Amino acid sequence: MTAIELRCHVGVGPEVSGEALVTDDNFSARYDLDRIAGIFSRPQHKLAGQSYVDKIMVFNTAKGGVASAWMLHEMVSRKIAPKAILFNSVNPILAQGAALADMALCDRFEAGDVTSLIRSGDRVTVYPAEGRVVIER
Amino acid sequence: MKLNKEEQSMLNGEMGEPRRWAIEHMMRVGQFFDAPDFVEVTQAHIMADTESLGEAGVAFLEKMAAAPLVDRLVRIPMITDPRGIDFCHYRRLKQTDAMASLEQRAIDAFESLGIVMTNTCINYQTIMPPVRGEHLAFGDTGVVIYCNSVLGAHSNFEGGPSALAAGLTGRTPRYGLHLDQNRRASKVFNVKWQPHSLSDWGALGGIIGARTGSYWDVPVIDGIESRAGSDELKHFGAAMASYGSVPLFHLVGITPEAPTLDAVCDPIALVTESVTETDVDAFFARYGGKGDKVDVVVFSAPQLSLLEMQSLANLLDDKKIHANTSLLAVTSPAVAADARRAGFVERIEASGALVLEGMCFYQSYAREMGEANGWKRLMTNSAKLTNIIGGYGYQPTLSNMENCVASAIAGEIV
Repeated sequence: MTAIELRCHVGVGPEVSGEALVTDDNFSARYDLDRIAGIFSRPQHKLAGQSYVDKIMVFNTAKGGVASAWMLHEMVSRKIAPKAILFNSVNPILAQGAALADMALCDRFEAGDVTSLIRSGDRVTVYPAEGRVVIER
Repeated sequence: MKLNKEEQSMLNGEMGEPRRWAIEHMMRVGQFFDAPDFVEVTQAHIMADTESLGEAGVAFLEKMAAAPLVDRLVRIPMITDPRGIDFCHYRRLKQTDAMASLEQRAIDAFESLGIVMTNTCINYQTIMPPVRGEHLAFGDTGVVIYCNSVLGAHSNFEGGPSALAAGLTGRTPRYGLHLDQNRRASKVFNVKWQPHSLSDWGALGGIIGARTGSYWDVPVIDGIESRAGSDELKHFGAAMASYGSVPLFHLVGITPEAPTLDAVCDPIALVTESVTETDVDAFFARYGGKGDKVDVVVFSAPQLSLLEMQSLANLLDDKKIHANTSLLAVTSPAVAADARRAGFVERIEASGALVLEGMCFYQSYAREMGEANGWKRLMTNSAKLTNIIGGYGYQPTLSNMENCVASAIAGEIV
């Protein structure tokens, strides 16, 4: 097993570890999820049908509306939520939502496209306060 | 982040727990986006529907609302986005009493905080349009993009918690669109086709939003010769924000910061992309559905202006909606009152359609409504709604208002 360290901008939320689920698609909690079932429900989404529960999600960017800010908090309260979300570049809504929900969230990776650097199935630990992500594969 | 004396006092808890939470929350967000300090804002607008709040969000608001009056009242005028329930019609829509009960709890909490329940996403048409350069904390993407682009105001997308924090403190972190350097255009689009209907404007906004693709990019659009009125730019901006999470656009010769292309960018340094009729045809074709039975026709997202209500009334005069199809027209309480006075509501509802107020279709437990009513094929003239509603289990079709009405009458997509 090898460990790879990625540096990013300082994020929000606690240190967490989990299995990565990666796509170069974008993300909105309102548009893309069945939040009761804990799966991606929008048919056009590249992760349609897959579960996001307890995953370290990796996306290109955030899209769409302001609702995701409340929704992350609501998803965490029911424990049907990702453990962390990583983006190449995030919009204010997801950052605000993660700050309220106390969910780990980071973006702006120094080594380039995070959706290429991390693979689905990788074991990933996120250190938001340090701006650091460690991949084990 | 640099704090002044008052902000430090809030952080120390000297101005009550709600304001301590608010300033701490905004510092987390501000530090994430490298904000140097706070900027004072004059109005706040908050997403208020219980589908996104959930039980956890309502409980959070109730905790705030239980604080002493002096600690909990917002410090600046603060209003709400659409709710999830129209209390007059929720049973007809097969929403549940539990949904209505949660909604009432949220309303009680908002009102205890001094927030005015305007329940609208068209406040820039109906309540208090901001002025150029005004710093705001607005919480609906369609509202934010319109106020930034068409009115020249300054707001980031403020999700519910951050909008609440801005209301409680009267400020927001200074990052993103509060900084002039982030309002310069980074992508140039030359439009080779002219939009006519509101759905055309929405399609064009959707195409440009998807190609822009980031909150941090600003598109400038040249080549528009069509009339660009408030409803046109409402649909244009709402779709752009929905498809691309874009908070600001410039229309050359139309929006206030872009009297010319050169005023918002160095066009030689940027690549210009074209948007053609073929692109627009392909956008509409994605949604298709011609000849299919249509279950529900929805005019919503954004809520209808008084003039849209009048257009709909004109189209529905002496017509009857098909027995197997529902037609919903969704507007703000303020517009509904005017539309009722003008006779538009009565004329629309005489066709069998239903006018709903203070809600928005996709913010109103759309999945549960669809399942309870057997709604699958949805037709609308809102590009924004077509983008959102697929995730709620619907098959959307996009067309203009005339075709939507004709389809509702025929019971199938014409």
